[in-house]
Amino acid sequence: MLPVSQQQSAPAGWSRDEMARRVAADIPDGAYVNLGIGIPELVARFVPAGREVIFHTENGLLGVGPPPPPGQEDPELINAGKKPVTAIPGAAFFHHADSFVMIRGGHIDICVLGAMQVSSQGDLANWSTGEADAIPAVGGAMDLVAGVKAVYVVMEHTTKTGAAKIVETCTYPLTGRRCVNRIYTNLAVIDVTASGLVVRDLAPGVDMAAVRRLTAAPLADGMKG
Amino acid sequence: MIDKRVESPAAAVADIPDGATIMIGGFGEAGSPIELIHALIDHGARHLTVISNNTGSGRVGLAALIANGQVAKVVCSYPRSANSMVFPELYRAGKIQLELVPQGTLAERIRCGGAGIPAFYTQTAVGTVLAEGKETRVFGGREYVMEYGLTADFALVKAERADRYGNLVYHGTARNFGPIMCTAARRAIVQVKQVVEPGGLDPEAVVTPGIFVDRLVVVPNPAHESVLVQEGRCYP
Repeated sequence: MLPVSQQQSAPAGWSRDEMARRVAADIPDGAYVNLGIGIPELVARFVPAGREVIFHTENGLLGVGPPPPPGQEDPELINAGKKPVTAIPGAAFFHHADSFVMIRGGHIDICVLGAMQVSSQGDLANWSTGEADAIPAVGGAMDLVAGVKAVYVVMEHTTKTGAAKIVETCTYPLTGRRCVNRIYTNLAVIDVTASGLVVRDLAPGVDMAAVRRLTAAPLADGMKG
Repeated sequence: MIDKRVESPAAAVADIPDGATIMIGGFGEAGSPIELIHALIDHGARHLTVISNNTGSGRVGLAALIANGQVAKVVCSYPRSANSMVFPELYRAGKIQLELVPQGTLAERIRCGGAGIPAFYTQTAVGTVLAEGKETRVFGGREYVMEYGLTADFALVKAERADRYGNLVYHGTARNFGPIMCTAARRAIVQVKQVVEPGGLDPEAVVTPGIFVDRLVVVPNPAHESVLVQEGRCYP
């Protein structure tokens, strides 16, 4: 983990809900989308009016709806985080091999996931800290980043202790190489391009200098013009 | 006359020997064949290899099978989750082996096993520790890793309803690994809430054709793992 200056206090930027809203604004009408656990789950609440987006969960449902009212949970109708969900009108159930045909065959348009580190090349680390006594568990993350057409990461810009999560080279075990297309943090929206990281948007009250100070990789300013 | 029903979960698992490889359906508690697993605990077969997405929760179902010392190895994508403590304890103590497989690779390995395909190439895990030591090959300028198909001696699966030929329909996201595990095991054992006469299932809606199913056990009111865990239950 690369140290960053902690002398200056970090700007707060967007809240978790605002980050999710910012992601949702970029999801087009008609998209098939897989949402990871944590902030990505919030994205479903913020689909702009007038757009139909179909949410996929890898345990076998296209057309994930909101959580059921208390008392109406079905333990056999859950999402990948094993939380109760509903199925929207027009939903479809399928088995695991078909579900991962959707993922690995490039049929899902966008997946939104959390991350521990993203590199300037778009490498992603989000499944393991590599610690000796950790129980390794990967789930569907490696399949999603290898197969889905566009991979969006949404995460806090730094760790709780202020260390950069956007780095030159990931130090944690990789989930996938050169797989991330766009990063949404509480401070900025950053595209991963062939020539490196390009800032597309900044949270209110946040400037390029602050984002650069909290990022351990070069950032180009892509907001001009 | 074809009638795949057997009289009890105990009878259904009675011939599972020590050292067997067993696929167990379920994603978390959804689709976990808890009554069949408990019958396997009572039966006592040991040194088992279990192929399943998770390792169970609390001390019931799959977690109880592992806690009972019957499982030597798990092939799994996500062996820890909420209320999962049995597997982590044994793993840290070096008492159980783990083959960690990305979830889509696990599903495809099972699908291929059932389809007679010994191996395949996938992009998943290329460039990660889970591809280390595996054969790779470049197709169309992209690197792929080779993975082997998986078969098993037995599958334990939960479905919603069957006819006596073994045709199956499922409920919601409890379907998950069930259909592919039925194809990849030499003996597929399925617990269902109800068995109907042939014609009682719409052939357009059948998910698993009966050719893939060997034994049916009726469990009209299966337990919910999360309820048992909340109640602090422990099996046996």
